[in-house]
Amino acid sequence: MAKPVVATTSLAGCFGCHMSLLDIDDRILQLIELVEFDKSPIDDIKQFSRQCDIGLIEGGVCNSENAHVLKAFRKHCNILVSVGECAIMGGLPALRNNIPVGECLAEAYLNSPTTKNANPNKILPNDDDIPMILNRVYPCHEVVKIDYFLPGCPPRADLIWNALVALVTGKEMELPYEVVKFD
Amino acid sequence: MSETVRISIDAKEYATEKGRTILEAARDNGVYIPTLCYFDGIAPTGTCRVCTVNVNGRPMAACTTPVAEGMTIENDTPELNEMRKTIIELLFVEGNHFCPSCEKSGTCDLQALAYRFKLMAPRFEYEFSQRDLDATPPKLIIERNRCILCKRCVKAIFADDGKALFAVSNRGNRAMINIDDKLAKTMSDELAEKAMNICPVGAIIKKGKGFSTPIGKRKYDTKPIGIENQVSS
Amino acid sequence: MSIDSREVCARYGNDRLRLMDILNDVQAAKGCIPDADIDTIAEAVGESRVDVDQTVSFYHFFSKTPRGKYTVYLNNSTVAQMNGRQAVAEAFEKESGGTFDGVTGDGLIGLYSTACIGMSDQEPAAIINNRVFTSLTPEKVQSIVADMRAAKAVDDMIGDYGDGANRSDLIKAMVHNNIRKKGEVLFGAFESGAALRKCAGMEPGKVLEVIKASNLRGRGGAGFPTGMKWEFCAREAASPKYVFCNADEGEPGTFKDRVILTELPRMMFEGMAVAGYIVGAENGIVYLRAEYRYLEHYLQKVLDDMRAQNLLGANICGKKGFKFDVRIQFGAGAYVCGEESALIESAEGKRGEPRNRPPFPAQKGFLDKPTVVNNVETFCCAAQIVDKGAEWFRSLGSEQSAGTKLLSISGDCAKPGIYEVECGLTVAEMLDMAGATKDAVQAVQIGGPSGTCVAPSDFDKKIGFECYATGGSIIIIGTERNLLSVVHNFMEFFADESCGACVPCRAGTRVMCNMIKKIKDGKGSTGDIAVLLELADVMKKSNKCGLGQTAGNPVATTIRNMRTIYDNVISSDDMYKPGFDLESAVEESCAVVGRTPHFDGE
Repeated sequence: MAKPVVATTSLAGCFGCHMSLLDIDDRILQLIELVEFDKSPIDDIKQFSRQCDIGLIEGGVCNSENAHVLKAFRKHCNILVSVGECAIMGGLPALRNNIPVGECLAEAYLNSPTTKNANPNKILPNDDDIPMILNRVYPCHEVVKIDYFLPGCPPRADLIWNALVALVTGKEMELPYEVVKFD
Repeated sequence: MSETVRISIDAKEYATEKGRTILEAARDNGVYIPTLCYFDGIAPTGTCRVCTVNVNGRPMAACTTPVAEGMTIENDTPELNEMRKTIIELLFVEGNHFCPSCEKSGTCDLQALAYRFKLMAPRFEYEFSQRDLDATPPKLIIERNRCILCKRCVKAIFADDGKALFAVSNRGNRAMINIDDKLAKTMSDELAEKAMNICPVGAIIKKGKGFSTPIGKRKYDTKPIGIENQVSS
Repeated sequence: MSIDSREVCARYGNDRLRLMDILNDVQAAKGCIPDADIDTIAEAVGESRVDVDQTVSFYHFFSKTPRGKYTVYLNNSTVAQMNGRQAVAEAFEKESGGTFDGVTGDGLIGLYSTACIGMSDQEPAAIINNRVFTSLTPEKVQSIVADMRAAKAVDDMIGDYGDGANRSDLIKAMVHNNIRKKGEVLFGAFESGAALRKCAGMEPGKVLEVIKASNLRGRGGAGFPTGMKWEFCAREAASPKYVFCNADEGEPGTFKDRVILTELPRMMFEGMAVAGYIVGAENGIVYLRAEYRYLEHYLQKVLDDMRAQNLLGANICGKKGFKFDVRIQFGAGAYVCGEESALIESAEGKRGEPRNRPPFPAQKGFLDKPTVVNNVETFCCAAQIVDKGAEWFRSLGSEQSAGTKLLSISGDCAKPGIYEVECGLTVAEMLDMAGATKDAVQAVQIGGPSGTCVAPSDFDKKIGFECYATGGSIIIIGTERNLLSVVHNFMEFFADESCGACVPCRAGTRVMCNMIKKIKDGKGSTGDIAVLLELADVMKKSNKCGLGQTAGNPVATTIRNMRTIYDNVISSDDMYKPGFDLESAVEESCAVVGRTPHFDGE
């Protein structure tokens, strides 16, 4: 029987959730026995090569490219999992959510200590090739249907491991009190 | 001698005293009823509604309802716990609760209740409402993004002359906690500390204080909220 | 304006309990209650500034910044919307050059939306500097704004006066009573003082027996047996006791108390005195909504007259020790103050937040003393019952709903207005009476937003405590109306009017409001419907007060009774549908950086 296929991505996140996945230590050898990876920064596969069983999403949706990738994951993955606070509620990037996007851009590109004197023409990035910024950072489940949520910043390695094993083997997910945390 | 009153909670009989609230009676007897706005020693405000129980079939707040002879109380039922979880969910989408960066994370009652009810993600859309932080008091930061308007501080923290230091302004979802700017300047370190400790979330932070306990050793890192109230059955 | 807040405080004895009066006076004199005045008031009444501020900021008609020399409060209730509120609002903006909610640059005109002002039979309507302007049109707005520019006094802007006492010198309002049907209790024969004279010849306990035997139930909507309530209060040992008349009718679509206050105030005050006699209270307080301030001088005159006639004051009707008098306490714009314990809190100068119960007001109410709180109409009924007997009252209406009921009927019908009917008539009979064609009616909202949305299939059911209880509000919704917009308007109302204390109400109303908007915008799913029903259920079970418990009703009762309005915009296989829309989400940032959004491959 073919191994279940997993895809992962980091949207508006810091890759900390991916780091936490690697924190399963030697169980990574078991993981490789259990699953194959498709599109993921772990194996550097850029495009989906097939329909996947499980998609792990780190990060929220802060720009048009994030939305595009997330929708592609929903299309190509049978089960989609929000991994970490940013995917679940926007996380730290969402601290900008109650500041108008114009003010955020001005702060970043016009008024910050590093841009104040370095951007004489007062240019805000507007090239058609760069993603368009959303009015706020959206939690993944407000953009596509998400099947499971693994909270934490990052989620404990044990939580990710338990969840993956449960999803792959079809066994009930174990959620010991100590591993489900929001920080 | 106070009058003994018999009640039942989840089909078990308990004896308590007349004048006690359902919540007090339950705690006296080692029965945990989840609470959030309630704080031992402060008159209950009954604002969070997390302690709602069924009294003779009718939903009532356990913290404000006095016991009466023969009361049949349902507490630990799937329906009631589901309702409590919904209330916690509502609070998470209403405020801006960025747990990873909060001084109170790990000792926060709101977060602990979410853990207890296994809230993985709220079903409702986040509001990301605009709330201003007040850092003008010399000793405190009022972080309204995290405030759940429980009113513990309103009920418990007063200036020396008995005047209110904290009050809620506006109404509906524009309601917000305020500290009296003049009186805030007179606060002692002890009172500021008390205000911070009485806050169930990270809305009242004493300046220069925070992140003092390492992750793993904090109040709710390994033990769920309410465990201290329960006797093993 | 040269008014010193300190003087105002002194006028009320620097009494913190009179904060509502102090704030109302300062607001009226200065057009706002600036921070500096809040400091002065706080000092005078011996409280901290945040303590005074929590009351100021709670009420819609208090403001810390000026709201214009002329302040327009334009109703935005659903009935106002039905009657062309949109065009009137636009006309106000166009003519004044200002926008809702704000003041024109020159500080002349303030435009503000407000919740139902009790004029649903003559909408669109607005309150301008405490005077009511009804049946507004864009043309009338034009002349009103022109008058404002010409610095005309508001009283002089009122062209035609309404009927009845509305024309009297002390009211001079353009409000019409629209009394369409008179019944035997409220609009039956009434002799001022008759009930009090009967009281004077009877022991209080005997008068209570009459009230109990009549089966009178509270007319505010909840229907608690009046005799029982008064008995609870009468039994309490503590004193003094208080009698409160709840004249804060704020349920959208209700306006019957307005007509009672205009045409039958004597009957109401007399009923209060009857209650005072029964429970042993000497003080009555009418908590009157600020929207009805135009009746103030008239009501004060009625009270003066009754005092002069020995129907109020000491030794009423010559009975030694029968002492009772009435004071009017104004609110300042808060629907929740219609809840009896919130009303008491407000009368004590606080935020109108409902109290925890027990204790009930009958045990610990105003100033923690035994207090009876009843609706305007209930007191009127009580006065008539004492005069005409319990038997007479019970012979009217139905078994569970004795007597008559005033209905305020508005919306899509030929004859909106006040109807005194015997309880137990069917919805269809009511429609017929109001001149609405059944085929042109999509639904009837009975009991206001907190009541029930009734579908045509249930029009054979009865209005009354047997089936559809109502405090009087009945809104007829025609087939051409977008019922989802009506539901959204109702949910906005509840979200705005929530006191904010209980979590399920404060946060739940807002979430429900957003979800209804999402569904209305065609982005709803069957999953959303399930969540909405659950939220409405949680609110019903967990909120402290009646407002919070019923705030989910507009949604829950339309999902149950009018499901097609949801099915029409939701496809049945969508368990999940996001509210997210990429195009609108990038709009703002693209505009800021000056680029044209493009959506290749979406």
